[in-house]
Amino acid sequence: MTDEASALPAVPFLRFDDAGGAYLQGSRCANCGAVAPGDRVVCNACGARGRTESIRLCEQGNLYSYTIVYRSFPGVRTPFIAAVVELEGGGALKGTLLGVPTDPAKLRFGMPVKIVYRGTGQTSAEGRPFVSYYFAPVEALQ
Amino acid sequence: MSDVYIVGIDMIPFGRYPQCTVAGLGAEAALLALDDVGLTIRDMQALYCGNLLEAHLMVGQRILREIGQTGIAVVNTANACATGATAFREGLIAIKAGMYDLVLVVGVEQMGKGLLGGAKRSDGFVEEGVLGSSTMPSMFAQVGIEHSRKYGTSFEQFARVAVKNHHHSTMNPKAMSRRETPLEEVMAAEMISYPNTKLMCSINVDGAAAAVIASESATRRLGLMDRAVRVRASELTSGPYTPHEFALPDFNLVTQNCARLAYDAAGMSIDDVDLIELHDCFATAELVHYENLGLCAAGEAGRLIDSGETALGGRIPVNVSGGLLSKGHPLGATGIANLYEIATHLRTAAERRQVEGARIGMTHVVGGTPDRGSACVIHILEKA
Repeated sequence: MTDEASALPAVPFLRFDDAGGAYLQGSRCANCGAVAPGDRVVCNACGARGRTESIRLCEQGNLYSYTIVYRSFPGVRTPFIAAVVELEGGGALKGTLLGVPTDPAKLRFGMPVKIVYRGTGQTSAEGRPFVSYYFAPVEALQ
Repeated sequence: MSDVYIVGIDMIPFGRYPQCTVAGLGAEAALLALDDVGLTIRDMQALYCGNLLEAHLMVGQRILREIGQTGIAVVNTANACATGATAFREGLIAIKAGMYDLVLVVGVEQMGKGLLGGAKRSDGFVEEGVLGSSTMPSMFAQVGIEHSRKYGTSFEQFARVAVKNHHHSTMNPKAMSRRETPLEEVMAAEMISYPNTKLMCSINVDGAAAAVIASESATRRLGLMDRAVRVRASELTSGPYTPHEFALPDFNLVTQNCARLAYDAAGMSIDDVDLIELHDCFATAELVHYENLGLCAAGEAGRLIDSGETALGGRIPVNVSGGLLSKGHPLGATGIANLYEIATHLRTAAERRQVEGARIGMTHVVGGTPDRGSACVIHILEKA
């Protein structure tokens, strides 16, 4: 496990609580119910102002769409699964799906996935490790 | 409000011009369009220029330095893959507003090879492979897989788009790639982002296209109605909210909304349209836009490509230019190059790839980037 005290989040909405546990911070609009990662003062779904409340995004979801990436930018290891996941409780995230073979036949639409937090193997210029969220199949984790 | 007409239009052959500058390529297209109508830069009252990758570098002004600095108004636009079409539309709006009679519109881009975008953020972090993928082939693969999820669309059906458009390109001397690619070759090509193989991705090329557009009174005064093409609809939309907003930009609703506005503005339906140049940046994209533009009902796109009805000679030919898959996709030039293709058919000048009896044509571009948004422009053109 990475040293949470010095870890850097890969995205602004990945936060660490007082005990060093990672979570995904989001917001829900009290007017229309739309959920989004991170904070927003005005709801991008309905335009309501000052009606959003901070929440923790749900860490359970299901596989909505994906691609298997074979060609990427130089230095990026391929293949990997780039997934779109719908979160229970609202919102959707893009991310990398781990723990599933890179084979369309093994990818089931709607398959339950959960958020896991991992070191990315990347460090900042100051040597602090970047931590990110990833998706992993629920079944394989049990 | 006055109708607006395309009175001159042309494009340079798309390809790689490393020895040229963006301004030089744009100037070349501008002169071709002026020659097409037989006017000069001194006749132009404004220039609307579309370019994305040098958006902050005054490309329009630099073009005028190459073809004549007459001091006219220059507006530089950037709007993802809708950049050129947005510039065209801005020029059209200015004519409709009565501000100008004759406007020059140029779309131009010089592209690098390979995948668009870069990996590193300013803090040095590489998101690619960690936060999924932000490459264009990946994003449009996810759009295609979403269609597969809903309707069972197959890899083979997506691949057929490339077979069709590459076939069309063999009849277009201005396309970058002009060769047949049989289905087996398309499917066996290097996989980039499943299900898009290399032959199902548009090519990054340099290119420029330009148009001279005119008010009805100027078109009549100058005796240009014979070859003029009337713009029946010019619509622009931005991506509306969807629940997937932060995961996958919307290319579907934004196109559906734009199409509805365009059909309303033209007082037409898809049944009136004789040919379409739509945004086949990737093979997966073409199929979803069959439905978004109303060529078929939801879920029928796979069957439509299988039927051959969107090939030249079919019920509603799509991308007879060879599309972005063959012509190449110089971002800022693409929107105006699409208009050139349609105008060429309406003028019965498309030679081997001519859609017989073409009277109404439609162009569609839609662009966007992950976590930012999308833009769509649709034009409906009619033989004047």
